[in-house]
Amino acid sequence: MKDRPRVHDFDWVLLAIAGAIALVGLLEIYSSTHASAMAGMQWKQLMWIGIGVAGMCLISLIDYHTLMDQAPALYMIGIAGLLIVLVIGYSRLGAKRWISLGGLVNLQVSEIMKLIIIIVLARFFAEVRTDRLTLADLAKVFVLTLIPVALILKQPDLGTAMVLVPVAVLGAFLAGIEWKHAAIGLVVVALLVPLAWNMRRHLKPYQQQRIQTFLHPEDNPRGAGYQILQSQIAVGSGGFWGKGFGKGSQNQLGFVPVRYSDFILAALAEEQGFIGVCVVLLLYLGLIMRLVDNAQKAKDRAGMFIVMGVTAILGFHVLINAAMVIGYMPVTGIPLPLMSYGGSSIAFVFLALGLVMSVRMRRFVN
Amino acid sequence: MPSWNVNDQRVPQGRLALFSYLCVGCVVLLLVGFWKLQVVQSGHFADLAEKNGIRSIPIIAPRGAMLDRDGRVLVDSYPSFSILLLRDNPKLLEKSLPQIEDGLGISEEDLKQQLDAAKSEPKFMPIIIKPAASEADLAFVESHRADLPVLDLMMVQRRRYPHGEMLANTIGYVGEVSPEELEQSDGHYRPGDIVGKAGLEREYNDQLEGTDGMRRVVVNSVGKVMRTLDNIEAIPGKPIQLTIDYDLQSVAENDFANKEGALIAMDARTGAVLAMVSRPTFDPNDFAVRIPAKEWQQLNADPETPLLNRAIQAQLAPGSVFKIVMATAMLESKAIPANYTVYCPGYAEFYGRTFHCDHPHGEVDLHKGIVASCDVYFYNVGKLLGIDRIDHYATGLGLGRRTGIDLPGEEPGLIPSEDWVERVYHHKWYPGSTISVSIGQGAVMVTPIQLARMIAAVANGGTLIPPHLLKTATGLQPESFPLSDDTVQQVTDGMWGVVNEPDGTTSETVKLQNIDFSGKTGTAQTESFELQNKLGKHLKENGWFVGYAPRRNPEIVVAALVQGAGWGSSVAPIVRDVVKAYYDKKNGQLPRQPSTAENISAPSHPLVAAAAEQHP
Repeated sequence: MKDRPRVHDFDWVLLAIAGAIALVGLLEIYSSTHASAMAGMQWKQLMWIGIGVAGMCLISLIDYHTLMDQAPALYMIGIAGLLIVLVIGYSRLGAKRWISLGGLVNLQVSEIMKLIIIIVLARFFAEVRTDRLTLADLAKVFVLTLIPVALILKQPDLGTAMVLVPVAVLGAFLAGIEWKHAAIGLVVVALLVPLAWNMRRHLKPYQQQRIQTFLHPEDNPRGAGYQILQSQIAVGSGGFWGKGFGKGSQNQLGFVPVRYSDFILAALAEEQGFIGVCVVLLLYLGLIMRLVDNAQKAKDRAGMFIVMGVTAILGFHVLINAAMVIGYMPVTGIPLPLMSYGGSSIAFVFLALGLVMSVRMRRFVN
Repeated sequence: MPSWNVNDQRVPQGRLALFSYLCVGCVVLLLVGFWKLQVVQSGHFADLAEKNGIRSIPIIAPRGAMLDRDGRVLVDSYPSFSILLLRDNPKLLEKSLPQIEDGLGISEEDLKQQLDAAKSEPKFMPIIIKPAASEADLAFVESHRADLPVLDLMMVQRRRYPHGEMLANTIGYVGEVSPEELEQSDGHYRPGDIVGKAGLEREYNDQLEGTDGMRRVVVNSVGKVMRTLDNIEAIPGKPIQLTIDYDLQSVAENDFANKEGALIAMDARTGAVLAMVSRPTFDPNDFAVRIPAKEWQQLNADPETPLLNRAIQAQLAPGSVFKIVMATAMLESKAIPANYTVYCPGYAEFYGRTFHCDHPHGEVDLHKGIVASCDVYFYNVGKLLGIDRIDHYATGLGLGRRTGIDLPGEEPGLIPSEDWVERVYHHKWYPGSTISVSIGQGAVMVTPIQLARMIAAVANGGTLIPPHLLKTATGLQPESFPLSDDTVQQVTDGMWGVVNEPDGTTSETVKLQNIDFSGKTGTAQTESFELQNKLGKHLKENGWFVGYAPRRNPEIVVAALVQGAGWGSSVAPIVRDVVKAYYDKKNGQLPRQPSTAENISAPSHPLVAAAAEQHP
């Protein structure tokens, strides 16, 4: 038995898959922006990846148990941060998501909240000593999740708020939710959908419009449905083999909305075709499988919940983003992990992988 | 040890496995989704992607203006708008037609016809439904942008002829480039380009037309312009300055109101054309937009041939003006003594046929022959000279061949000769024909511009000036057909007599004080043979007058033709007016015509300005 984690135990396979995805992302960002005023974005992205990897290493050095010990404090800090954002937050694109830390660094608190919720819920589920979740446990999970979700919704950021939910759902599933409770939950959700539909007037106008657009994109092709349609056009016109690197007209001419970020998969689909999409989605599937593998090999139940929390968020991101690109989901502003341009997103993914590394490196540690 | 269960090692393997399967299922579902778009429907989306693309919108360069010799605007261009109908949304289009009919006054039937005609063109190419939008039309389009998104505006440059019919045949007109011109231009023109079709517009098209600019814009699949990629500014065409004098032109045009015929006034020293009239005429503004096919056919089929520039294209018998050629030939060839006289009883017989004169002139010498325009005198001169000598001098003085003026379509006219008859009719020259030719009848055909140049040449000693309309023309070489001083003296004395002597054919009615106004009348008995046939009727005789001043080495020469005028003497006042105007202006006595820029106001509706800003 070793008494401390070793570099040898670092998950190099996981890192290789993540690196491959990030490299594809870098190339597509270059292809999408090199001929525009935004040329050179790939270098900024590379810088963020470097920072993310460094952050990942730092986090992996911390024993996840130490972090979980601090779960209540982290939770309070996270909630406080979200409240501060709502009060004094820096407004960008009509939504307050940022705390300015001076200079060019803006901290997106909700990204940090994703990490915190993983730790907090892992701690909660690890504390459940049975293989069954009681209704009281479920209620606690519900409240713990609802508070940050509500605060993030208020920003408003529907996408990030939604992302927290699968951590709780997958966690509850793995912690041993009873099938009948799960069934009841599904029925409640099924009943809530029409209710929510009737409540849609209480949504922000842009959210209403997004939903409207999602349901009837052809109604207003010049308006919001435009993004989905343009994304579909880019994807569809790419065909089986794609138009070639840097040759996607929809991408190069800027028809694909935020082609270097949320819709980077559409840009890739146009230039690399169905083949390229297969490669990318299989890389993501590999990433998820490797994460599940890590969960299975975790030293303890707590580590398993940490890894699966990360898995839930990453998997949900990929699913929602890919579905959005082909028009199966409304536009929610959820980036594609590791590929989409953006410092906060990249930093979050690597820090989350850092948590996974922390678990893996300690699987043999006493 | 923390309060929570640190070393709990229960791992729910079953549920983790279930989750893995779920993930694989999700990826498969996503791949099915991508397969549907990228493989099943890829053709449909490729079509849509095609519509998303770069559209090149030409920025029409304005054609250069035409200025008169003093810089007054004769022709210019102004920005105007065409109304476009976007066709990419057939359903919306169908719904909008009745409203368009109401608002723009284009019948639904008409619109449908235009849409049908454009069926083979790509749907994202709009069609022009109104080439020149009025201010009311603009207001309609602007105010219905929201509910009639199928309408849009395109800025174009239109030709404006502020003086309408004035100088129309000389200026010519513009029109859409023809399929032949398109082919010949080797890619220089695009369909729908406006080019000079006739007159100066055609002659100087290369200078006048600018280089169109190009705005490349990115349009999305519903035709909305998203952003501009680049903007190549249009280079406006260069203006050209003409030799035309607006003041003289106005005088001439006024005198030709309700008349048929032509006039050309030239600087007799340089060949600069000061005025050029052709009647009946047309309004080139009718061509500037898009001439309705019916109107075009009417203009083309009109027996009065309003599109013909008679000053250079009417080939007619010169009548007695030709006697100046005869007199010159007689003196220069020395085939007949200078003091040759003939007794005129009012008629004469040649080759068994009787040829008439106006009235008995009695004893006629060369001077009297010219002044009183005695036919019998010149019948005899002609008989003695023979057709080939007449041909030599007539051709030498520029008749029967093009003057080379910078206008397209100049006609050569015809001076008959023995060669010509043998070549065309394959028989010998009938000597009797020479008698008719001697008084400018028979086969002789000339254009007004030829007569003007010929008279100037006789009066200046044989220099054939090069007629031209471009003030900045360079490298023009006069032709030389030297005449002896004695000849010039005698013939010009005769032409002076026509105007200023009591028995002159103008009966002293056009004498000008302090100006040595001279000239020669002509009365041609027939219209051109073709025109007469075309009209199916015999018109009154054509009247000619070619006048100039001063008597020798003239400054100005004016040839006028009035068709159906009867007598040449009735044409003389027109020429006198122009010559008088020339001298009045030279002496500062002619009230200057206001510059056209002051007369013509640009369309100044705020909407036009606003729209112009939107469509820079």
